[in-house]
Amino acid sequence: MSDLAEIIARNEGQIRSEWIRDMSQTVLRTDLISKSELEEQCNTLLKSVMAGARSGAPTDVTTSGWSPAREFLEGISSSRARQGFSPTEVATFVLSLKRPLFAAARREMGTTPDKLFEVVWTATELLDRLALLTTEAYIATREELIVRQQQELLELSTPVVKLWEGILALPIIGTLDSARTQVVMENLLQSVVSTNSKYAIIDITGVPTVDTLVAQHLLKTITAARLMGAECIISGVRPQIAQTIVHLGINLEDVTTRAKMSDAFALALQMSGRTVVRQAASAAGSKGVLAGPLAKQEA
Amino acid sequence: MERIPVLRMGSLLLITIQVDMHDKLALQLQDDVTSRIAEWGSTGVLIDISSLEIVDSFIGRMLANIAAMSRVLGAETIVVGMQPAVAITLVELGMSLPGVRTALSVEAGMELLYGAGAGFRTGSDDERDEA
Repeated sequence: MSDLAEIIARNEGQIRSEWIRDMSQTVLRTDLISKSELEEQCNTLLKSVMAGARSGAPTDVTTSGWSPAREFLEGISSSRARQGFSPTEVATFVLSLKRPLFAAARREMGTTPDKLFEVVWTATELLDRLALLTTEAYIATREELIVRQQQELLELSTPVVKLWEGILALPIIGTLDSARTQVVMENLLQSVVSTNSKYAIIDITGVPTVDTLVAQHLLKTITAARLMGAECIISGVRPQIAQTIVHLGINLEDVTTRAKMSDAFALALQMSGRTVVRQAASAAGSKGVLAGPLAKQEA
Repeated sequence: MERIPVLRMGSLLLITIQVDMHDKLALQLQDDVTSRIAEWGSTGVLIDISSLEIVDSFIGRMLANIAAMSRVLGAETIVVGMQPAVAITLVELGMSLPGVRTALSVEAGMELLYGAGAGFRTGSDDERDEA
């Protein structure tokens, strides 16, 4: 039985009220959490700390006696991380327990400095560890969030658009790394099969830089599409990128490239034996309009 | 012994690979294709691999070999219906099959072959004098 647990047990009510008072002066975020909810959390934590301190290992928070306290703290740190608390605010929730706890120890053991020092040291060590625990849980939650957002980004960023019967477009936004190339390649090849498209336009207007690695990834995708019987056209090559490609000595000889997506689309239409004609001026006023259905030319 | 059937459609050979290819089967197929081209004077070979799910470098090389051998014998080879996963695997293996022509479907492949001058004919005793 530790002295710390006894002190908490005897002064529970007073410690709690001082703790909540301290917190409401410093870090209480009434915009994010209600006072009654906070009191509830303080109460639960104090009880589990007491249980942990009685378990025989008063400062080793990794032991099983501390698991209720640990779980509770991890739970509230991750929920607070999502609510938008800062790491300091989350850690202060635990650290602000120090002052009321020390005050209670002083009331109990004011006359025996040696014992008082021992209890204060135990309490400091314990609360520091618990505070570190909350910070770790906070960071873990944030990292989980980042991983999930990365995945969402990966899924969002590779749409395959059907431009015409047998012609697909794949606008790539952002840098191509190996993981994205895999997703892009799979999406494109899957769509080539499902729509039975012979031509695919890969638009790299949204790719900020093209280095040898990105070019290699593009070539891989194009080769895979060719193996399946589809032809790829790269469009959206900006002047700077064209210069970079040549300076880096990347070989795009076997790949059809165009500066703009419209040029690539026109080329794909032409290669599939279609032609776009302007309607007679009298029928459509002065503006040129695409001829209704594009007639397929008989070769 | 199990073997892959080589069908004759006029001047074309039609091969549909529907079982998992193992090495012996692949070698047997090479033998069959080359001897059939020589025997029937075929001018086009269409290999449908749309039911092929698993591919390794040996099968990849086998496809390239069949194409090269057919070319030597005067026939054009087209591989059709490759699955996305198979295409990705071949690319990852570094096999881009540069000498092999491809098409999305059997239909598209036939169109290509007719376009390439391997016209559809009914009799083997027809004259074959086109360039």
